[in-house]
Amino acid sequence: MVQSSQATGGLASIPALLQRNADQHGAKAAYREKEFGIWQTWTWADTEKEIEALALGLINLGVAEGDFVAIIGRNRPYFYWSMVAVQSVGAVPVPLYHDSAADEMAYVLGHCGAQYAIVEDQEQVDKVIEVQDQLHQFTHMIYIDPRGLRKYDHHQLHQFSHIQDQGRAARDEWITDLKERRSKLTYDSTCVMLYTSGTTGKPKGVVLSNRNIIESAKNACEFDKLNAGEEILAYLPMAWVGDFIFSIGQAYWTGFCVNCPESPETMMTDLREIGPTYYFAPPRVFETQLTNVMIRMEDAGGFKRKMFHHFMDHAKKVGGDILDGKPVGLMDRLKYSLGNALVYGPLKDTLGFGRVRVGYTAGEAIGPEIFEFYRSLGINLKQLYGQTEASVFITVQPDGEVRADTVGVPAPDVEIRIADDGEIFYRSPGVFVEYFNNPDSTASTKDAEGWVATGDAGFFEEDSGHLRIIDRAKDVGKMADGSMFAPKYVENKLKFYPDILEVVLFGNGQDRCVAFINIDLTAVGNWAERNNIAYASYQELAGHPKVLDTIQNHVETVNKSVARDPMLSGCQVHRFLVLHKELDADDGEMTRTRKVRRVIVADKFKDLVDALYDGAPTVSTTTEVTYEDGRKGSISATLELRDAKVVAVTHQQVAAE
Amino acid sequence: MNDMTHDSYTTEDGRTIGGVVMEMKNITLRFGGVVAIENISFDIREGEIRAIIGPNGAGKSSMLNVISGFYVPQEGDVFYKGQKRPPMRPYQVAQQGIARTFQNIALFEGMSVLDNVMTGRLRQMKSGLLAQALWKGKAEAEEVANREAVERIIDFLEIQHIRKTPVSRLPYGLKKRVELARALAAEPSILLLDEPMAGMNVEEKEDMSRFILDVNDEFGTTIALIEHDMGVVMDLSDRVVVMDYGKKIGDGTPDEVRNNQAVIDAYLGVAHD
Repeated sequence: MVQSSQATGGLASIPALLQRNADQHGAKAAYREKEFGIWQTWTWADTEKEIEALALGLINLGVAEGDFVAIIGRNRPYFYWSMVAVQSVGAVPVPLYHDSAADEMAYVLGHCGAQYAIVEDQEQVDKVIEVQDQLHQFTHMIYIDPRGLRKYDHHQLHQFSHIQDQGRAARDEWITDLKERRSKLTYDSTCVMLYTSGTTGKPKGVVLSNRNIIESAKNACEFDKLNAGEEILAYLPMAWVGDFIFSIGQAYWTGFCVNCPESPETMMTDLREIGPTYYFAPPRVFETQLTNVMIRMEDAGGFKRKMFHHFMDHAKKVGGDILDGKPVGLMDRLKYSLGNALVYGPLKDTLGFGRVRVGYTAGEAIGPEIFEFYRSLGINLKQLYGQTEASVFITVQPDGEVRADTVGVPAPDVEIRIADDGEIFYRSPGVFVEYFNNPDSTASTKDAEGWVATGDAGFFEEDSGHLRIIDRAKDVGKMADGSMFAPKYVENKLKFYPDILEVVLFGNGQDRCVAFINIDLTAVGNWAERNNIAYASYQELAGHPKVLDTIQNHVETVNKSVARDPMLSGCQVHRFLVLHKELDADDGEMTRTRKVRRVIVADKFKDLVDALYDGAPTVSTTTEVTYEDGRKGSISATLELRDAKVVAVTHQQVAAE
Repeated sequence: MNDMTHDSYTTEDGRTIGGVVMEMKNITLRFGGVVAIENISFDIREGEIRAIIGPNGAGKSSMLNVISGFYVPQEGDVFYKGQKRPPMRPYQVAQQGIARTFQNIALFEGMSVLDNVMTGRLRQMKSGLLAQALWKGKAEAEEVANREAVERIIDFLEIQHIRKTPVSRLPYGLKKRVELARALAAEPSILLLDEPMAGMNVEEKEDMSRFILDVNDEFGTTIALIEHDMGVVMDLSDRVVVMDYGKKIGDGTPDEVRNNQAVIDAYLGVAHD
């Protein structure tokens, strides 16, 4: 960690980068937002003025250096300006998930002792007011959309544009103060504090310095040769580190343009209109898009459907190789160009990926089939592996070395070490400063030399030098015969099928694996409609013999594919059942970000797991469910358990490391 | 009970209610031998949310149709902004600044949401047929201005995502919202809502209630609405007229109406002698 701001030419903070961009790219678009049906644009010069006015207004309001300012809203230019204005006055921005419930907000606001909040609208104002009496230090709140707020008590409540007006009016009074505060910012000043979503226990505040953000952004921009001409669509939560790196770190480092959608529901239309050149999405977004494409193709006419499948098969064969610049025969190339004109091009435009030069997916492992679908279309989709604590980047895939089963090589300036038990450790200029007010957690995650534990197990492939993530370290286990049990790998393969929504694999310490499967109601419902299969409920559809036949086919196909992997061939699914209810966060079976809580599922449906292992043909069960309004009820069902064919493997001992 | 003064006052939640903007005096409406409305009088004040409630067949929709000019009452007068209103066609009433939505949605099903809402701007389009057809000069400028006004309403009612969707493809709850958008596009001084929440689930009702309150608060629009859901009516309105069998049986604030014996009888039912 020897980098100093010398390496970035004295640009030691985001506000310093803003000044540079206003000087160098003054007339270039910095932000766009669709409002009233039209894309409104702010140049870097406009942005600098807006942020200055807000910063002056904040000083005028009494914001002091070191104060925490919460920022609660969806992706809008005003909130990005707020972050930088807060930094400019020496305070610390703390973006919150705007869909959190009031008591979740109360915890975070109380934990960091936020005195100010900049929020979007009446909904957020109401939430903060609801918990305000638990927050002794809280003083002023600023809102953007005045709708419905006119009658509120405005002693400590202010409209965003009024704060800016006050700032402009008091410019002479405060400008020296602002300049002085801005010049005090160094590479070690706090840039932002982000609360991690907290799958276990209470959320922790990750403190990231200017060094963390700027170094990581700079390295990643150089890695992918990003420049001021890029366009991105900012639609992922502002409280998430990825959005901070892409929409602030990299945008300010290169000076590219951040586009904000009109509303969350119009995101797909806006994506198509903007046609970003640099794009980021978690696997779930790609999965949903693929499911939609597949459903629409099933509904299309016979000719179109045949053409789609014919050319997609061809793309599957050669598309990836063409993208990677590998040799491909002339006839195949010609056929691919024809496919591009007829299928791939129009499809990419519909999806909004027509101009994507670099696309990333991360956050969770993506199903290889999904990944290859997009790559075969000619979209340069790559994987990266990252964490909030690392300012995102741990490993990334270089162009031309993209594979579905690895997460790439260490990102620039990142060192990686694999512990004896397989856990991945890293050290980089992006490594977080500390967990706010939580020295114990900081010490247990980051050691004195700066190495950070990821909690994930993985290994480097010998010939390529790529990192392969096996699973969450605590989920990986061993089968009874000692071979590795890595549930995620098999689950992701199954989840590729549009009609499978969720899978939970069991087998740790057992001699064979069994699985719970959730069907996707949209896809299976659509299929049922086309095949004249009547059903009254999710439960009935899930138990339909024809649905079970289809799922069984999927499971057997996946078994064949799993059997080919020497390390994981023991994870083939011997028996499965289709659950009578969807796994749901309200029942505690999933986290709010839709990650399955294995232990809870295994415990809650113990009778079903036992039945899968003892060979019974059917099982009757009763499950408690929680409705959205908190009431409880129960559903009972008799489930059919099915055997799936497995491929015999000659067992070979493979070490996990 | 009925406050007949014309002075303005301020409600508990800080809105200003002005003087009487519309007054119905001794209205009687008959269809042949059937008396739909019998000698009813009430007023609507500027900026208030006025509800008309009553059991099925009480004559609520007929009353709204009298206000909107669709029915001409046999007896009685309608006063609008202090002037006695002569018998008028519905479009003339609309030109006076009274817009409405319908109990059974009446949108142009084949047209997009945007076009449907644009039709609400008809009153603001002044250029001639030829100019419109050639789309030059004044017509073009007018369209741009009207489109902007429509976009603000689309934003206000949060229907950006269905802007270009044909209305026939929308679910019921959204169609209701589009109808409200079209009525708002006319920039009415009085907005008539005929059962805006009929057939909606709880969540849709909450959304619609919020929009009605916001419209009233943001644009100062006077709203007269018919609604079945008593809970919704009592929460939303400033004053309530209760009708039963074509007669007015109660008029006052929600609290007054709630405690009115005639109203309780009409809703809970009493033995008829």
